[in-house]
Parts: sequence; structure tokens; C-alpha cells
Amino acid sequence: MAEVFFFLAAIGAVAGAAGTVMLRDAFYSVLALVCHLIFLAMLFLLLRAEFVAAAQVIVYAGAVMVLYVFVVSYVGGMQAGLRGPAGRGIRIVSVLFAFALFVELTIALVGSGLAALGTEGADYQAGFGEPATVGQLFLTDYLVAFEVASLLLLIAAVGAVILARRRTGTPTAREISVTEIMGRRSLTEADETQATMLGQGGPRPK
Amino acid sequence: MSLHWYLVVSALIFCIGAGGVLTRRNPLVILLCLELMLNAANLALVAFARAHGDMGGQMFALMVMVVAACEVAVGLGLVVALYRRRLPIDVDELRELQG
Amino acid sequence: MSLTTYGWLVLIFPLAGAVLIGLTFKALPQRVHGAIGTLAIFLSFLSALAMFFELDDRQVVSVAWDYASTVGIDAQLAILVDPLSTLMCLVVAGVSTLIHLYSVAYMGGDRGYSRFFAYLNFFVFSMLLLVLAANFFLLIVGWAFVGAASYLLISFWYRRTTATSAGIKAFVINVLGDVGLMLGTYFVFKGTGTLDFLRTFETVGTSFTENQPELVAGCILLLVGAFAKSAQVPLHTWLPDAMEGPTPVSALIHAATMVTAGVYLIARLHPLFEHAPDAAAVGSIIGCATLLIAATIGLTVTDLKRVIAYSTMSQIGYMIMAVSSAVYAAGMFHLMTHAFFKALLFMAAGSVISAMGGVQDLDKMGGFRKVMPFTFACMVIGGLALAGIPPFAGFFSKDEILSYMLDRGGWYVVMVVLGYLGAFLTAIYTFRMIFRAFFGPMSPEAEELSHGHLYHAPEPTNPATGEVEDTDVGFPGPEHHIAERAGAMKVAMGALAVLAIVGGFLQIPGITSALHDFLEPTFHGSRAYEEIHPSAGAEWLGLAIGAAIGLAGIFVAWRIYGKGGNAAAIQERFSGLHRFFVNKWYFDEAIDFLIVRPAAWLGRFANSTFERVFVNGALVGGSTGAVRVLSAAVRGIQSGYLRYYAALLLVGLTGLGAYFLISA
Repeated sequence: MAEVFFFLAAIGAVAGAAGTVMLRDAFYSVLALVCHLIFLAMLFLLLRAEFVAAAQVIVYAGAVMVLYVFVVSYVGGMQAGLRGPAGRGIRIVSVLFAFALFVELTIALVGSGLAALGTEGADYQAGFGEPATVGQLFLTDYLVAFEVASLLLLIAAVGAVILARRRTGTPTAREISVTEIMGRRSLTEADETQATMLGQGGPRPK
Repeated sequence: MSLHWYLVVSALIFCIGAGGVLTRRNPLVILLCLELMLNAANLALVAFARAHGDMGGQMFALMVMVVAACEVAVGLGLVVALYRRRLPIDVDELRELQG
Repeated sequence: MSLTTYGWLVLIFPLAGAVLIGLTFKALPQRVHGAIGTLAIFLSFLSALAMFFELDDRQVVSVAWDYASTVGIDAQLAILVDPLSTLMCLVVAGVSTLIHLYSVAYMGGDRGYSRFFAYLNFFVFSMLLLVLAANFFLLIVGWAFVGAASYLLISFWYRRTTATSAGIKAFVINVLGDVGLMLGTYFVFKGTGTLDFLRTFETVGTSFTENQPELVAGCILLLVGAFAKSAQVPLHTWLPDAMEGPTPVSALIHAATMVTAGVYLIARLHPLFEHAPDAAAVGSIIGCATLLIAATIGLTVTDLKRVIAYSTMSQIGYMIMAVSSAVYAAGMFHLMTHAFFKALLFMAAGSVISAMGGVQDLDKMGGFRKVMPFTFACMVIGGLALAGIPPFAGFFSKDEILSYMLDRGGWYVVMVVLGYLGAFLTAIYTFRMIFRAFFGPMSPEAEELSHGHLYHAPEPTNPATGEVEDTDVGFPGPEHHIAERAGAMKVAMGALAVLAIVGGFLQIPGITSALHDFLEPTFHGSRAYEEIHPSAGAEWLGLAIGAAIGLAGIFVAWRIYGKGGNAAAIQERFSGLHRFFVNKWYFDEAIDFLIVRPAAWLGRFANSTFERVFVNGALVGGSTGAVRVLSAAVRGIQSGYLRYYAALLLVGLTGLGAYFLISA
């Protein structure tokens, strides 16, 4: 029975991953990732990591992905396709090496490298994977990591707010573009607004 | 279920994510693929935790999730800032840091 | 306080003076700096006096610091207090005090007044360091400092290009001498293994055989140093040009003290020279040649200070000839008396030049006798002393040298004859100078002075080239000071005049040989010092001949340059010879042709060929080119594409994984 669930979840996760990578529209990629995360949570459950699975769904799929959805809606993501100034060479090379990496890892994992690993896993202990255990460990053995993580979250939150805020006090209501300041035209098109939502008929900036 | 399978799945997802990082041009999608790679790592960690009976792997996985969340927040903040300044949302166009 | 304490005090006072003036440069008024400078040297002179009284015929070395642990040889910060150095300290400090006093008045109004006193104090410190040094190491240090001080003071009016060129010329030739000094030291050190003077003197007999080539070479190199410093042929060309400096500088450095350093060197290192008679012979011959060459040039030049400069060169030639011929006491005696009357002559010349409003040309001077009586008296006293007329100082010292050399016999007799010829010429050019400047029809400046008004040029000019100047810092000040009106100048000149008169009485043949006995501890062990001793009668004969020659010279000068003289006619008749002498025997031109031009050519060649092609092209250009190419290659990696970087990461990761897989 576990095998069935495993294959279901595994195939779903891989499909979601493939979708994230290959779908054109950024919004669809986000949705594919959400799928992937749900299936991954199933895999976690199979591995008796209940709390992690729950956290995955609530925090990751629930909060982080929602953030993604908002931003993708705001920014959009006009994609000119995989062709671009970087060229085809980079695409071929990257796919090739990603495949090579996969092959290597598989050889390493399935081959003699991990022969010492018992195939069925360790014996079951009571409270393995339960929230109570997780909480206890966080406050005893992994206290420092816990505290540092909270600090990190604080810094990230502050940083995100600062990065994304609107600059006040500019001489014109229009945002100053770094490109203009640098005096370079990095776009091949004459009209740079095409690259923004404006070009797609989106809301005008104030 | 043998542990190997979980690890192979993890490797597969990791490599798919890596390929995505290299191939896509939209920074948002690149960040998504980065999330894929992190999740693959999480899977591997939890698998090993199950294998050894050690909760440490799961704690580590939770930490990874925290870090991923922070990174997403900051990364998306950067993308929003880019958008605000009318810069193109395309990593191939944003190449002023060059030699 | 002990003897060596006084020795160190002699050194410390001038140094402290220089440092103090330098530190309070803007803080204190000029007069205070003049007072500090003079007081410092006066205190140094008092310490030298104390040293003299405490000496008791000893030779004492006092070590302040031993560098041996760092350098590996016996280099020490040590002073040697003995009769020779005490004598030199007394002369240097005494004459310097008087010259400082003179400068207090003479340099008034000059914007660089304080700087002048700081430099003068530094110079006196360097000279005292040189004479008090107990080993070659400190001697070289003092030698170099003295050269530096001379450069600073010659180019004191630094906005005058003539002055700065003269300073550079002096410094370059002095450096040549420094090199000779150092190489000579090396040769000696190689043989004896010690830098300390007393130890060197003890071991020189055993380390070297008589006239061993290394010792001769070393001594000749030391002589090169002495000749450069004492302006002997062929390294003499800097001395006349050094008259660009202010008159007190000429008086102190280029008459009384620095140029006598070479004489001191040979006297101090006499054991070396006695063991290498060939080198000593070179010294004697060069000294003799210089005294004649300088005397002939002095007959013809028209710049007042240059006449006195060539006179200095000539008299130093006497001294060098003396100490190279092992006539030490007479040589040092002449050094002492020469310091007195030469400084006096320069001071008087300074007074005359002030009266002329800065002009130094003898052809433009005349008739100052009645309007500047004090200056005239001092000049005459100095001139008589220089010409060797009794009872003035020069009479006793100069001819004593010649009579001692005569006693040595052999080929020294030739040099004695040439020495008397030189004395004849000396008397002529000295009194030519006096008759030209003080007798004859009054020049316009003298006319003005006779009405009680000191002449000032309408706009200040460089006396040599006629370029217009101003009176701000770097050029001479607007005021001119003559002895009749400046008390300090009068006191200094008066003191020197008295010394020029009575200074000779230290060594009256047959009656007293005070200096000879005083210097005995330094020179004991020198065979020559004991053996060469003419009888009193022979000495008096030599002195009498000298006096007669001097008087004859004055008479000839009177006939030619005095009232109704036929100077112009004689110049016509000997025009070729005159031209040769006036152009200083064409030494400057010869040096320019032989040394300066090839050096300049070499420099140009090095610049155009070696520098441009090899260094700039291959070395610099090549290395920068290589770096540029490489960095361009590396820069290619920094494409700016995020995906490239990520791809590089992935490729690296894959590679690493492969490596570990394969090696496992």
C-alpha cells in the first residue's frame, strides 16, 4: 500500500516540478509548484514526518506561495520565449549538465556508495515526527538554530519592506529609472514600457 | 519502501530545478525553480532522518523552510523594486555588472 | 665636568642651536634667532676652551654608542679628544662665533635670516663632528654633513639661478670626494680590520708593508676626498662659484673651516701617509701645483670675492703641501692664522660690497680708503698678514712651512722655490685688490658714501648676470650693512684683526714653539715630526726671505696698480697669458668637455634607446600587454548574464561529483 502512495506522490511531485520549469506563463508555473509542494507533503507523510508535512502545506504552500501569487500578479512575466541574447548554447549546455548531474547522483545513490544504508529505515520510535517532539527538540537541542532562524526572519522581513518600498520625495511623481541614470539603453526596443505591465495594458503607475 | 527511491526522486527534482534555473529568463520563475531545489533537499533530509531514526533531519528541513521563506521574501522584494523602476524583468537584460 | 663631557658639549651646542632655531622658526622674531645661533657657537667655543685646559697632553676616546652589534664592524659613535682635534675645535668654534656675530648685523633685512642661522649652526656642528670623530665612520658622516651644509648655504639665495647652479656644482664635486673618502676607508679597513683611528694607527705598520699598493691606493683615494673638500686641482672648480653665497658663508666655510677639512684629514691620518710615501708625494705635488695655479688666476680675475677665493685655494695648497710633506705643526699653524686673516679679508670684502650696493666687480670700485677707514684698516691688516709681512700672523706661519720643507731636502727644495714664487704672486694679487678697491679715483658709490649716504641700486639685480630681482625671501634683502655703521660687524672684524696681528707669536723660531709642543701627543711616533727641525737660524733666514719677497710683491703691485700704474699696458702685452689666467686655466671647459658632455650623451642615449625600447617597450609595455590580454580573457567570463554564472556553478558541481564518483 505504501508503495502505491509513494509512486503516486512521486509522480505527482515530478510532474509538478516539470510543470514549474516548462510552463510559459509565470502564473501557471506558480500553480504547478503549489501542486508539487502538496505532493511533496504526501511524501513527507510517508516518511513519518508529520509536522514537517503540515508545515510544508501551511507555511510553504500556504504562505510563501500566496506571496508568490501576489507578486506574479503584480509583475506579470512577459516571456519572450527561451530565445534571447544569451543564446541557445546556454540552454543546451544547462540541460545537458543537469542530466549529467542526475545521472551522477543516481549512480552514487543506487550504486555501492550507500550500501551501508538499511533499506527499510530505522525502527519506529514513539513520537517520531510528532509536533510535540519537534517542539521539544527546538527548545532544547536546537535552540540556537531556532533563535537564529527567528532573527533571520526578522531581518528578511525588514529587508523586503525596504527593498520594495516606494521612494518618497522624488522631484517628479515618476520613479527614476536606474537605466536612465546610468545613461545606457539596455533594451533593443526603443519603447521601454513594452517590458512592463504598461505595455500589456496594465495599470498605469501614478 | 526502500530509501533509495526517495533519494532518487529528490535527485530528480533537484536536477529539474537546476535545469529550470539555467533555462528560464523570468526572475520569478528562476526563484520558483530555486524553491524546487530546496524542496528536493528537504526531501533528502527527511528521508535520511527516517533512515537513521534521528529527528535532526526533520529539524534541519524546517530550518531550510525558514531560510527559503526569507529568501523568497527578499527576492520578491527585489523583483518588485525592479518592476517599480521600469527595468525589464528579464535576467538576460539585467547585465550591467559585467567586465 | 670631565674632558670628554666638554667634548660632547662642543658638539651638542651647535646642534641644539640649529634644532631650536628650526623648531621656533615662525614663533620667535629674527633677532632672537640670531642671538640663539651666536650664543650656541659661543658656548661651544667655551666648551672647546674648557677642553683645551683639561687636555693635559692626552688622547682620549669617548664612546656614546656602539653600532657593532648591528653593523658587525667596530663602528661607534665616538669622539677623540686630543691636541689636534682641540686645536681644530678652538679655531672652528672661535672663528665661527665671530662670523655669527658679523652675520647678526650683515644679514639684517634678509627674509631668510633665521634659516641662515639654522644652517650656519648646522654647518658648525658638522664641522666639529668631522674634527672630533674618533673613527672613519663618524668622519665620513661629518664629511657628508659638511658638504650638505655647504650646498644649503651656497644656494642660500635660492631664487638666483647662479646660486643654485653653484650649489649643485659644489655638492657634486664634494660627493665625488665623498666617494673617494669611502673607497679609501675601505682599502684601509681591509688591511687593518678596524675603523677606529687609534687602533688603525697602531696596526698600520703591521698590516701593510711600506708603500704597499693597497695602502697607496687607499691613501690616494683619501686624498681625492681631501682635494674635493679643500678645492685642490683638479677638483677645485666649485670654490670660485661658491662665492655666490652670502659673504659670511664665504668667510666661514670657504676660508676658515670647511676647506681646511682636507688638511685636517691628512694631518689626522698621518701614520697612513707616512707608511705610503708615494701617496704623500702626490699630495705635496698637487698642493704645490694648486698654490701656483690659483695665484696666477688670482692675478687676473676682477670679482673681489673670487680673488679672495683663489687666494684661499692657494693658501690651502700651502697647507696641503705642508702636511703631505710631514710638516704638521707648521701646516696646522698656517691653518689657524689663515683662518684669522682670511675670514677678516672676507668680512672686509663684505663691507665693501655692501657699500657698492651688492656689486662685486673690482673694475667698478675705487677710492674707498677715506670713506671706509675701518674696513680699509682691516683689509690692509688681512692683506699684510696674507702677504707674510712681519709682524703679522702670516709671516710666521707661511714661511715656517717653507723652511721646514727646505730642511727635508731632496726634491722638496723645488717645491720650496715654487712656494716662494707663490708667495710673491700672493703679495701681488692681494695688494692689487687693495689698491684697486681702496685707492684711485672715487667710484660713484664711494662719492655717495662720502656724503654720508649709502648707495642703493634703483632696482636689485644679480651682480653676475644683471637679471632683475626683488628683495623677498630667496634673494638678498634690501638693506646693506657696512662695518662703519654696524657695531656687531666692527667687533667681529676687530677681534679678527687683533688675532691676525698677534696670532703669529705662538711660534717664533728660537723663542717659542708652543703649537709644536702642544700637538706633540698627536704626532708622537711620527719620525718626521721628531727629525725635521731646522735650526733657528735657518728658520729666521727663511722667514726673512719670505718677508722680502712679500715686500717686493707689494712694491710691484704698487707700481702696476697704484697711482700712475700701467696695468692696462701690461695686460695688453701679455694678453694671451692674461686670457689664459682669466679663464681659470680653462679647467671648467676641460671638465665640461671630458666629463659633462659624455655623461650627458650617455644619459640621452640611455633615455632614447635603452629606456624607450627596452624598459618602456618590452618590460613595461610587455608586462602590461600581457596582463591586459589575460584580463580581457578573464573578463569574458563576467558576461553579466545570471544564467552563465549559474551554469558555471552547475558545471562545477557536476565536475566535482564526477571526480568523487570516480575516485571512490
